[in-house]
Amino acid sequence: MSTGGRGDVRLLRASNALGRFLVVILLTYLGLLAVTFFIGRVIPIDPVLAIVGDRAPEHVIARVREELGLNKPLWEQFYIYVSKVLQGDFGRSVLTSNPVMQDIRRTFPATLELATLGIIIGAGIGVPLGVWAAVRRGRLVDQIIRIVGLVGYSVPIFWLGLMALVVFYARLGWVGGPGRIDVVYEYTLVPVTGLLLLDTARAGEWEAFANALSHLILPASLLGYFALAYISRMTRSFMLNELAQEYVVAARAKGLSESRIIWRHALRNAMVPLVTVIALSYAGLLEGSVLTETVFSWPGLGLYITNSLQNADMNAVLGGTIIVGSIFIGLNLLSDLLYTLLDPRTRTR
Amino acid sequence: MNAPPHLPSRSPYDPMLVVEDLRVSFPRRGGGRTEAVRGVSFTLGRERLGIVGESGSGKSQTGRAILGLTAPEGRVSARRLMFNGVDLMHCTPRERRLLRGGRIAMVLQDPKYSLNPVMTIGDQIVETLRAHTRMSFSEARTRAMAALESVQIDDPKRVYTLYPHEVSGGMGQRAMIAMMLIANPDLLIADEPTSALDVTVQLQVLAVLDALVVERGMGLIFISHDLRLVSTFCDRILVMYAGQVVEEVSAGRLADAKHPYTRGLLNCVPKLGASVHPLPTLDRLPEWAL
Repeated sequence: MSTGGRGDVRLLRASNALGRFLVVILLTYLGLLAVTFFIGRVIPIDPVLAIVGDRAPEHVIARVREELGLNKPLWEQFYIYVSKVLQGDFGRSVLTSNPVMQDIRRTFPATLELATLGIIIGAGIGVPLGVWAAVRRGRLVDQIIRIVGLVGYSVPIFWLGLMALVVFYARLGWVGGPGRIDVVYEYTLVPVTGLLLLDTARAGEWEAFANALSHLILPASLLGYFALAYISRMTRSFMLNELAQEYVVAARAKGLSESRIIWRHALRNAMVPLVTVIALSYAGLLEGSVLTETVFSWPGLGLYITNSLQNADMNAVLGGTIIVGSIFIGLNLLSDLLYTLLDPRTRTR
Repeated sequence: MNAPPHLPSRSPYDPMLVVEDLRVSFPRRGGGRTEAVRGVSFTLGRERLGIVGESGSGKSQTGRAILGLTAPEGRVSARRLMFNGVDLMHCTPRERRLLRGGRIAMVLQDPKYSLNPVMTIGDQIVETLRAHTRMSFSEARTRAMAALESVQIDDPKRVYTLYPHEVSGGMGQRAMIAMMLIANPDLLIADEPTSALDVTVQLQVLAVLDALVVERGMGLIFISHDLRLVSTFCDRILVMYAGQVVEEVSAGRLADAKHPYTRGLLNCVPKLGASVHPLPTLDRLPEWAL
């Protein structure tokens, strides 16, 4: 068999896989759009009333209904909705009277910044803690890590957030308070990515950078702590499973050091399922955690969606839901991709 | 005996391994301890010793105790456990670790589970070598290729880059042997090395193992439940039952074995042309386990 022929086969397989991949994404999106759309139409919230109020005269209601296209048959409404969404048009928010897309562009980076730092903290500390707990199973360290995790699970985040603000902001003054950045800097900054750390660093405004970081670190640590509670728990259980495998005995019989066995052999195998856990935790944080954003006055996606929901602002809710759904789809695909990178058994040669 | 000149000098200690009154016990659920090995004693020179016995007879735990691989909750004691003049019972964990893979190696049962699924075979072989010798990566790689060749793998370059799931059981086990023997140990403990393989492949793997053990003048402890296999492959056989050695016979004189348990095992070996109805069963008299 010539190498050229083999390369062709491989290329064909790769393009096949890619094709299947795209079909899956397409179908998933269609499902997501259908679900969000029909939920938006069947819930007992009248978007017309939300706009004009309940004292508007009959003819105004009828006119607005027509303007919104609500008098058309449902399937036509869905078609219009999908074709608009494909152009990035989620309609206008009733609450902010901005296009929903513009609102999302403003709020999503705030959540992205918070969630990303949160997952870095959560995975960066949670994974080693879980490994440590697994290696010292049943010992004091394991119990302490168990309690740390349990607190993370069970203490309400808004209480912990308030306590953290009282201690680190009000008493000690180590960190910035609520909000993303001090007002002083707020209007001097031209948003490019919307991620304040990136924007300030790009502009070379290191004072503003430090200020943004001091605002970010507390809520991010808090989210990180909650992610850590889950990630360390899962890491521990995956590691216990791996450490009981025969290849660990073989690695010991080879005379490898314990640290090499733990980190290079067992954790390398445990990372395979762990990637999915971390990706889904990250997606959970990106969804926007309303309580944290409320406590820290963080103008993020979670707060935006919740406010919109409470005000029957359906365009904003649907737009936000689609963004959140996209994040889940994207991160799932990413973790599938990493899965094949980490586990040679799932690769097709 | 004279060792091949290209190998590191063999220690003059004879016997190489002395095991006296080895005991291994594990905590039992709900209190008390289960004794897996109860006072096993034997010595081993540069020879092939077979340990046979049924599941739970303590043969594997004996092998693991010699390597220092007893599970952490297990307790090991021995009046004497000497390897090449080193008192294993009083070694530091680090000294024990350096002996493992370097001077004493072990081949496990099933390459499907005993090779790390996410590392290439080559990396796993190189790893053993680099744990015991200071050596550049490229030199270790060359040595690993040679080791693969020494276990009758025809194209080591290809196998080196494969993952364990991409090779057959027989090839996996030969790679395992290469991985365990690359640092030139004096003693190899083979724990059911062929039980997971097809019968036809078993003989190939055994031939590879045999050739290497003889060529390098290693000691071998061959743990198996297969009496027939052990008797053709080893010089001497220990028969274990309920954590104790019930009989020691030289392989050639297996037919003269006296202990009723050994006789019972021998009876269970089917003979061509003989009637197998009813199938022979083993008696297990309680006094054997005393």
